Amino acid sequence: MSVLNTKELRIIGFLCNWCSYGGADTAGVGRFTQPTDLRVVRVPCSGRINPLFILKSLLGGADGVLVSGCHPRDCHYAEGNFYARRRLELLKGFLPVLGIDPRRFEYTWVSASEGQRWQHVVEAFTAQIHGLGPARGWPEAPELEILNAVAR
Amino acid sequence: MSIQDDIKAAIAKALQDIPCVIGWGAGPEPLRATPLFMRNAADVENFTAGFLAVNNPALYLPSCKGVKTALVVKGCDARSVGQLVAENLVKRDELYLIGYPCSGVIDVDKVAARLEGKCEPGEVTRLREENEDVILDTPGGEVRLAKKDIAADKCARCRYPNAESADVFIGEKRAPVVDQDEYADLADFEKLSLEERKAFWEKELSRCIRCYACRNACPLCVCRDHCVASSREPHWLTQADGVRDKLFFQLIHATHLAGRCTGCGECERACPVGIPVLTLKRAFSRQVEDMFGYMAGIDVNTTPPLLTFRLEEPEIKEREW
Repeated sequence: MSVLNTKELRIIGFLCNWCSYGGADTAGVGRFTQPTDLRVVRVPCSGRINPLFILKSLLGGADGVLVSGCHPRDCHYAEGNFYARRRLELLKGFLPVLGIDPRRFEYTWVSASEGQRWQHVVEAFTAQIHGLGPARGWPEAPELEILNAVAR
Repeated sequence: MSIQDDIKAAIAKALQDIPCVIGWGAGPEPLRATPLFMRNAADVENFTAGFLAVNNPALYLPSCKGVKTALVVKGCDARSVGQLVAENLVKRDELYLIGYPCSGVIDVDKVAARLEGKCEPGEVTRLREENEDVILDTPGGEVRLAKKDIAADKCARCRYPNAESADVFIGEKRAPVVDQDEYADLADFEKLSLEERKAFWEKELSRCIRCYACRNACPLCVCRDHCVASSREPHWLTQADGVRDKLFFQLIHATHLAGRCTGCGECERACPVGIPVLTLKRAFSRQVEDMFGYMAGIDVNTTPPLLTFRLEEPEIKEREW
């Protein structure tokens, strides 16, 4: 599942600074091998994640989006992930209305010590996105498409 | 027209100690009423309620903050007011609501469809109401249409025809049209496959001219000149003329209304190119109702679901990894 044996897809990960980013770091320090499709964006808290971040990623061509924060009750800011949970759950249910497969978006909780769990989450999610294949893009502005065609 | 006269009397009474009452008056053409800001007895004479009273007067409330204002409201307008109050965007004690039983409002697009190209809605010279029908004088003679055929979609699923939160209610309360909104329109839409839905939105949004009438008509879009869609920092939207940016604006609107939208349908009515933008908002409303049992604008004392949380969320089934 690396770039060596299949085409890499674009997966965006929004990770909270205090738990999941640390968890990903732990996984790295522990040398747990992971697929390389995930690009990580570090945010202060899962409560910082505007659902529009995810929608913008998916409309902009991401094949999958993964959000990860501290476990409920373990938020560094006490309650950020509680608000995030409600927003992200609503967003996940909304995606099919747009014609986007809801499996392209997942959210989960990984603590800073859970390097192994992080590896598992990345592997499982990357496999899921590879199962779905590349996302079909949304049309750009007509004039941009002409420019892109010329550039090619 | 006794209800009409009774409402006028109530407005005149309200004007004794409130500077402005917002309602509806005769519009530029017989099929349309227009918002009316009544400040004296002469203005009250132009007041009209009933089948043409389409606009949602709650739209003007955030800009009336700090000034005692009275509104004449339908059931759906009262819900918008209720949501603004619940979010503390307007103060209830600065408001005076005059309610009346609403029996549905006109959808001019449906009239246009019924006229079948024989004439434009703008060519209608007179509209008369006769019980459950309206009679239109057109260049080609009289046309009789049943009100239920040309009423807005939202009226067919109306649960709150009476402005329950009104300070004074004129007339007799009506029974709700339905007890439960089944979201049949969404269920219909969801018969499409994911690919077909995507193609649907691409086709619909390709007509969008980014006039933002949907935003300007929305009573809960309170940011006005500070809308993120017009901001450069963060730069959510480019000026590109593509479906992606057009759709993304609708997603901004829909996500910002999640758990707040009362389904008044003003966005969709205001759209000059007929994009079904309310569908996106109703998709969120249905989920909020199922997940949190919350309906926007009904109870001003309940915190909107996205402004609060519970430690355990029994309705949220998280994925097991």
